[in-house]
Amino acid sequence: MSRLLRLPITMLLGDKQADRVVPPSGHTAWLTSFSAGAMAFLAVFALAMAMASGRLADRWSAELARTATVRVSAPEGQQDAQVKAVLRVLSTTPGIKSARPLSDAEQRKLLEPWFGPDLPLDSLPVPRLIEVQEDDPGPDVQGLRLRLAAEAPGAVFDDHTRWREPLVRAARRLRFLAGLAMLLISLSTAAMITLAANASLAANATVISVLRLVGATDAYIARAFVRRFTLRALAGATAGTLAAVAAVLMLPNAAEEGAFLSGMGFQGLSWLLPLTVPFLAAFVAFWSTRRAAFRTLRGLS
Amino acid sequence: MIELANAAFSYGGTEILTDVNLGLVPGSFHFLTGPSGSGKTTLLRLCFMELLPSAGQVNIFGRDVCSMTRDEVAEARRRIGVVHQDCKFLDHLSIADNIALPLDVSGRDTEAERANLDELLAWVGLSHRASALPAQLSGGERQRAALARAVIMSPDVIIADEPTGNIDWEMAQRLLRLLIELNRMGKTVLIATHDLNLIRSAKAHVSARVLRLHQRRLQAAGAEL
Repeated sequence: MSRLLRLPITMLLGDKQADRVVPPSGHTAWLTSFSAGAMAFLAVFALAMAMASGRLADRWSAELARTATVRVSAPEGQQDAQVKAVLRVLSTTPGIKSARPLSDAEQRKLLEPWFGPDLPLDSLPVPRLIEVQEDDPGPDVQGLRLRLAAEAPGAVFDDHTRWREPLVRAARRLRFLAGLAMLLISLSTAAMITLAANASLAANATVISVLRLVGATDAYIARAFVRRFTLRALAGATAGTLAAVAAVLMLPNAAEEGAFLSGMGFQGLSWLLPLTVPFLAAFVAFWSTRRAAFRTLRGLS
Repeated sequence: MIELANAAFSYGGTEILTDVNLGLVPGSFHFLTGPSGSGKTTLLRLCFMELLPSAGQVNIFGRDVCSMTRDEVAEARRRIGVVHQDCKFLDHLSIADNIALPLDVSGRDTEAERANLDELLAWVGLSHRASALPAQLSGGERQRAALARAVIMSPDVIIADEPTGNIDWEMAQRLLRLLIELNRMGKTVLIATHDLNLIRSAKAHVSARVLRLHQRRLQAAGAEL
């Protein structure tokens, strides 16, 4: 069995006597569990944010990548003719899969969030919108714009690039920031556990010195501290993770009220991700305590 | 076994030991004496590798201590039983657990070894105090428990630092008898003490070499001992 696998197994099985040689120390125990719990709580939310922003970026990319809109703003009386001209141009353009004008009801629904439900569409100079589905590869946009300008001067071809890219970039940035938050949380956990471990090692200097004098190796002494801190971190992080998962579950479902918050949290298999947080915390505690213990022990005779 | 060659030790610029030469051969019995502050404890600490010499050489079981790794030092310490002046117990563990500590740290805490622990407790007369905490023991009981811990690994060498310093004469004699018994079993014994009566009393039962620390140097004691 590889050393990497053997280490955590040995640690979890533990050594009863090795555990007992170090007296339990109150404040470092609760400090470790509490900080691991708090950090796990934050980590689950950072994960939820990363997942949500990732999904948002993917959805926006996918939804907008193969669609475009033609906006037709023509003087009264010319609009229908220009819409027909646009549809004609689009139907003969390579790279265009389909094109259809939005109905009044669909346009009303689009404007509803800004103008309310009883919008008198007929009395307003609202441009007509044509939804375009592109093929892969899409059309020659420059050529299409020139043809539209010649056939329907009031038509503007919008392939969404202008506003799609910043949105997708923002969503990806959010995902990066969530990842960064996870990293910072892990480093903060390591720093706090190192401080607690150092305090515990300092408080038990006499115990360590006696153990050394009766022939204990550094590995034996370190194991007693490492196991204790790892298990404390695991317990604290488990509690923090459970609390955070419960909080995520209790988040209001904003799918109907707001587009951005829709899907905040986990979906499908991604619910398994928070389960990794306690183990990550235990791993961080294991290595930070081990490092602190060996550094302290090397300074002793 | 333990050999010091021109060993010196300085602390904070002050030389505590100078040109110390000492050889402990298997089965020998040594007393180390000298006034308080003469460096007896420092010399013992050099012998069990708690301190490293600032000059000269200290060889333990044929190895220069300065070239030993930390794990090798731990391994060598298991072959040297030490009775510290202040006993150095872990206050939260029972006396039995404190005595068994060397077994545990060396991974030898087995059923058979635990049976030996019971015998050992009986040998030092502490069977009835096995579950007591160190703070609940008298000075003499603590010293006997410290001796039991020093010998539980069946070490080659036993080093005792003022083992009778805080106990009455009768208890000191009892402890001395235990150490003489160990020497007869082939163990090398080195005892630091300023109690000359204890040395005289021991010499009636064992062939002991008496060394004296004087002005930072080790020398054979005078004829009065």
